Amino acid sequence: MSQPRSAAEIGALYQELILDHYRRPRNKGTLEKADASVEVKNPLCGDEIGLQVAFDGDCVCDLKFSGRGCSISQASASMMTQLVKGKSTEEIDAIRKQFRDLMLGNASAADDPRLGPLRALSGVARFPARVKCALLAWNALESALAERSP
Amino acid sequence: MNVRGDFPLLANNPGLHYLDSAATSQKPKVVLDALRNFYETANANPHRGAYSLSVRATECYHQSRVRIAQFLGVGDSDCLIFTRGTTEGLNLVASSWGMANVSSGDEIVVTAMDHHSNFVPWQVLAMRRGAKFRVCELTSDGKIDLDFLSGLLNERTKIVTFSHVSNALGTINPVAEIARLVREKTDAILVCDGAQSAPHLPVSFDSLGVDFYAFSGHKMLGPMGIGGLIGRREMLEEMPPYQTGGDMIEFVHDDRTTWNVLPHKFEAGTPNAANAVGLAAAVEYLDGIGMDRVLSHERALMSEAQKRLAAIEGLHIYGPPASERSGVLSFTLGDVHPHDLATILDGGGVCIRAGHHCAQPLMRRLDVPGTARASFYVYNDESDIEALVAGILKAREIFGYAPV
Repeated sequence: MSQPRSAAEIGALYQELILDHYRRPRNKGTLEKADASVEVKNPLCGDEIGLQVAFDGDCVCDLKFSGRGCSISQASASMMTQLVKGKSTEEIDAIRKQFRDLMLGNASAADDPRLGPLRALSGVARFPARVKCALLAWNALESALAERSP
Repeated sequence: MNVRGDFPLLANNPGLHYLDSAATSQKPKVVLDALRNFYETANANPHRGAYSLSVRATECYHQSRVRIAQFLGVGDSDCLIFTRGTTEGLNLVASSWGMANVSSGDEIVVTAMDHHSNFVPWQVLAMRRGAKFRVCELTSDGKIDLDFLSGLLNERTKIVTFSHVSNALGTINPVAEIARLVREKTDAILVCDGAQSAPHLPVSFDSLGVDFYAFSGHKMLGPMGIGGLIGRREMLEEMPPYQTGGDMIEFVHDDRTTWNVLPHKFEAGTPNAANAVGLAAAVEYLDGIGMDRVLSHERALMSEAQKRLAAIEGLHIYGPPASERSGVLSFTLGDVHPHDLATILDGGGVCIRAGHHCAQPLMRRLDVPGTARASFYVYNDESDIEALVAGILKAREIFGYAPV
């Protein structure tokens, strides 16, 4: 049986930055004019995230998210919107892959400065049951980018 | 009651506080031994061979049915059909009785507290037959609203189904009162989801007043993958088979097939004999404790847990008072999402369920995405409540609530 989590692991999971984004989510709401609009759900827990994205050429010029969920899913969504705004789809894709690697246990991905504040979510990798919470918004973003690509 | 030592998983993990028995129970050594013993001494395909080992397997399977029927107060043990669990039992009634007897314009009544497994099969049946699907609302303290129920009943009502005990709120529903109400106003059949009552209360099907009762073995100390459906003989005999294949037939001709007698008519394929033996060992174990003691043990824990949790600022408890509930306690803590709470509790070795508890219609009515749920059984004690409270206080601290 996997051992119960240590207090240190729990502490590493719930960093102040995560709780701050949970309680004061950035870019939460809806866009007046979106080029892509996606809703994803985690049927296991009922969490859902809606994501709207506006593009300017090849860049994501604006995006907002909606929905409800746990601190991990909400903070991950909030930080993601901050981080990717203004970036090209190519850059976003690279960050998304690095973040997924980090969540799936590749600790060295945390050294990538492009992940910025997302590194606060590193602790999630130690909690397999919560990885999908952290990836929910990123799955929505992946779908939104795909929806737009020809 | 101190039986923790009877459960190898718990005995081997002294720091573990297992509070998720409403999802599945731990297994005592006697059950594991019974499974092993069957495979080591009696394993063969029941009802098949003429050789003595197969006869022994058949006897083990048959004796298990008789023992489990006795435990659940079923005089006619042939009316206990083994299934994979409650879900399959309820689907059996919906498919077999439902498809044969429900027609366009008829009505099916479920309640807003039902588990998806006692909700969706009836919803699907209603859609297939063009019947009306009616949901009985609840009172504010999480009980079936009997006035509302009464208002739903009419001469078109064909099926009324409800859970004996709510898996999400712990509410113990008044079966006799519901049955009286339904019988007075309709000719509907009464179906009872016993997944949360068979493990925790003394249950006697013959005096329960319902037509069908489904239960799961794994929630009552038995193995996974076995449970049962109990029905009234005259109905089971009238009903068409649920699945067809081996064992459930009498004679198979090129142009027609006749069915085996009860209970075999509803048990197509090789029976789950080993798990039936395991479940019989589980009910033997429960009888050894006594179901009255099981209930009073859980009541005492529930009453203590409810008192301790209610004293925590920001903690909200759902459902009825301790005297009207089984060992299930659903709660939320401030703006802490139930999944975060479950993760933090896991840090202290406390296993609780977080989420919608397969009762999304209920969660929508409570206006929460989910709740945290602690559930108790024979192996729990005060130390589990201590650990639960400590974990909740830890969650308050992590989420920045003032210390209490």
